[in-house]
Amino acid sequence: MFEFWHKIQQSLSIGSVQSFTGGIVHRNQHKVTASHPIVACALPELFIHPIKQHIGDPCEPIVQVGERVLKGQTIAKPQGYLSVPVHASTSGTVTSIEEHTIPHPSGLGLISIYIKPDGLDEVDESLHPLPNYRSVDAVELRERVRQAGIAGLGGAVFPTFIKLVRDQKNPIETVILNGIECEPWLTCDHQLMIEKAHEIISGLDIILHAVDASKGIIAIEDNKLDAVKVIEKTLADMGLNESVEVRVLPTRYPQGGEKQLIQAVTGKEVPAGGLPLHIGILSTNVGTSKAVYDAVCLGEPLTERIITVSGDAVPKPANMSVRLGTSMHFLLKQCGVESFDGIKVLHGGPMMGELLSTDDVPVVKGSNGILAMTQRNIMRAHHEEEPCIRCGDCGDVCPAGLMPNLLAAHCKENQFERAEDYNLFDCIECGACSFVCPSHIPLVHYFRYGKGQVAQINREKEFAEASRVRSEKRDARLAKELAEKEEKRRIAKEKKEARAKALAEKEAAEQASSEVAAKPEEDT
Amino acid sequence: MELLYPVLIFSLLALVIGAGLAFTSRYFHVEGDPLADKVDALLPQTQCGQCGYPGCRPYADAVAADEVAVNHCVPGGERTMLAIADIMGVEPKAIEEEETAPVVAYIREDECIGCTLCIKACPVDCIIGAPKQYHTIITDHCTGCTLCLEPCPVDCIDMVETPELLEHWSWPVPGTKRAVKAEKRKAQHDGREEGLDV
Repeated sequence: MFEFWHKIQQSLSIGSVQSFTGGIVHRNQHKVTASHPIVACALPELFIHPIKQHIGDPCEPIVQVGERVLKGQTIAKPQGYLSVPVHASTSGTVTSIEEHTIPHPSGLGLISIYIKPDGLDEVDESLHPLPNYRSVDAVELRERVRQAGIAGLGGAVFPTFIKLVRDQKNPIETVILNGIECEPWLTCDHQLMIEKAHEIISGLDIILHAVDASKGIIAIEDNKLDAVKVIEKTLADMGLNESVEVRVLPTRYPQGGEKQLIQAVTGKEVPAGGLPLHIGILSTNVGTSKAVYDAVCLGEPLTERIITVSGDAVPKPANMSVRLGTSMHFLLKQCGVESFDGIKVLHGGPMMGELLSTDDVPVVKGSNGILAMTQRNIMRAHHEEEPCIRCGDCGDVCPAGLMPNLLAAHCKENQFERAEDYNLFDCIECGACSFVCPSHIPLVHYFRYGKGQVAQINREKEFAEASRVRSEKRDARLAKELAEKEEKRRIAKEKKEARAKALAEKEAAEQASSEVAAKPEEDT
Repeated sequence: MELLYPVLIFSLLALVIGAGLAFTSRYFHVEGDPLADKVDALLPQTQCGQCGYPGCRPYADAVAADEVAVNHCVPGGERTMLAIADIMGVEPKAIEEEETAPVVAYIREDECIGCTLCIKACPVDCIIGAPKQYHTIITDHCTGCTLCLEPCPVDCIDMVETPELLEHWSWPVPGTKRAVKAEKRKAQHDGREEGLDV
């Protein structure tokens, strides 16, 4: 009886069993690299550091060509508020600063700093370690996290320091560490939790102190029970099992999405257009937490990260510790890929990752996985689009509670205002709808297209408004100039007339006086 | 006598309503033409004069007064035309000129003689310079209207296509193989219709 009730509760997601709405369960997780130990990647011949590896404003290079740099030295400083610096991954010489293709679906380039390593790996020690972080001021911790160039390592690369605020209006009560890793194939966070549990938990403790929160939750899916064990044991060893809780969640995609995770863990929903901060929650990836530990306790900026190199075209898949700026081509070669013919490279997981046009791109802060797939496997996922049969599967799986079929139809017909009415911007682009669509409609692609077009239209509107203001100002200026000229002319004319009048009067007076003077003579 | 009542009632009603209308039109009068404002808000504000009017506002006024068709704004393209036709309540009309890629003006500075003629011609004040000094374009504000080309006595201004920026990049419309194939077939079909050998 109880089991039956439990099942009903689960299917209605009420009561003790909370979860997010929608989502899918992958039958085959393809986690081939699970329990593969983290191996360090060899030193490549060249490092390429794009000046923007986070969401926000790009950085400005502060090194010159030919300059020698050390490992961890800041080579590009942030411009604007929403920006974090870029650091050198090893010691070497800056050989060039020019545009290089970056891992982006457009295949466009960005100004990048090229560094030729000298093999010495000398470390820049300008960031001093702060092992007693509990006695350090929160503002200093926040500044340190920024200086270390930390951005969300789960893939969204949002600058982490922005989240570390002690806001009076929205005090943060709970910090959630995201160890979900719901994308198939990827295992980097899983392995990180097993090998670096202490660092991750210390990082969480630093964040708890920085935002003055009392409760920490580490969320892990139930396909990573070995990691749960390690984390629980480490928590007990560190004596933190009072304030930090491990939450095991049933495996379901996209549980690792920030809003979905918060809903699954706390039962609270992040309001549309709002931030987790507004409901007193901070959520961050386990990799980011480790990076925070490195930055604060060891004084090491973010110069390397763990990446899963996998896919059916990779003979030796691995979880690798890779220095940022390493070429993906080099990385794939390290994992045994010899021929690149007919291979497609995915940056990120198979659900949300981007198909790269070239593998000659550097590893950046947001690279959580590199998947090399054979053409055949990729093509299977790219069937031709058939008409929508109104089955409603997409709506069932949508974790944001949207109606993907309607949204896609509006985007397809360029009716973006209607699409916005259907909350296009609440789409998290998780790809669950495209995955289940029996007609193989590339739904998420339509949403991305729609979002891009809306942004473009808004940009054009802004530009038109600015142009209108400039044009009106110019017209006003010209009118004013004309009026001033007229005024001057009028004044000049008046003056001239006045002068002429005065002259005439004077002449008249002179004439009169001369006449007066002449008269007596006449009389005499 | 009974016949007179309705006549009286309706005359009285007409008088009251007439007075009300007169009052509202006097006291709730809106300065300017709100329809022209709406049309003006839709126009791209390039101030290029390709519509035959000296700027976007005069064209908006003319459209609102129903003096001219809705399809004369070339830089606005089809989207603007459709939006204007929508608020004017008229049938959309295709734009005759072909849509071109967005451009901005570029001054070859070593050839510039500093005559300031282009500065005077720019409708949005985005050329800086002084007499006998090089002039240059503030690219971010250039609307690509080409009005500076004509007055330049040494022809040192080029119109260049704006480069594709990473931050402005957006996903293309999803094109399946079938759509591409159908498009190709359609082109062949159109070519045959026109008697061309494709």
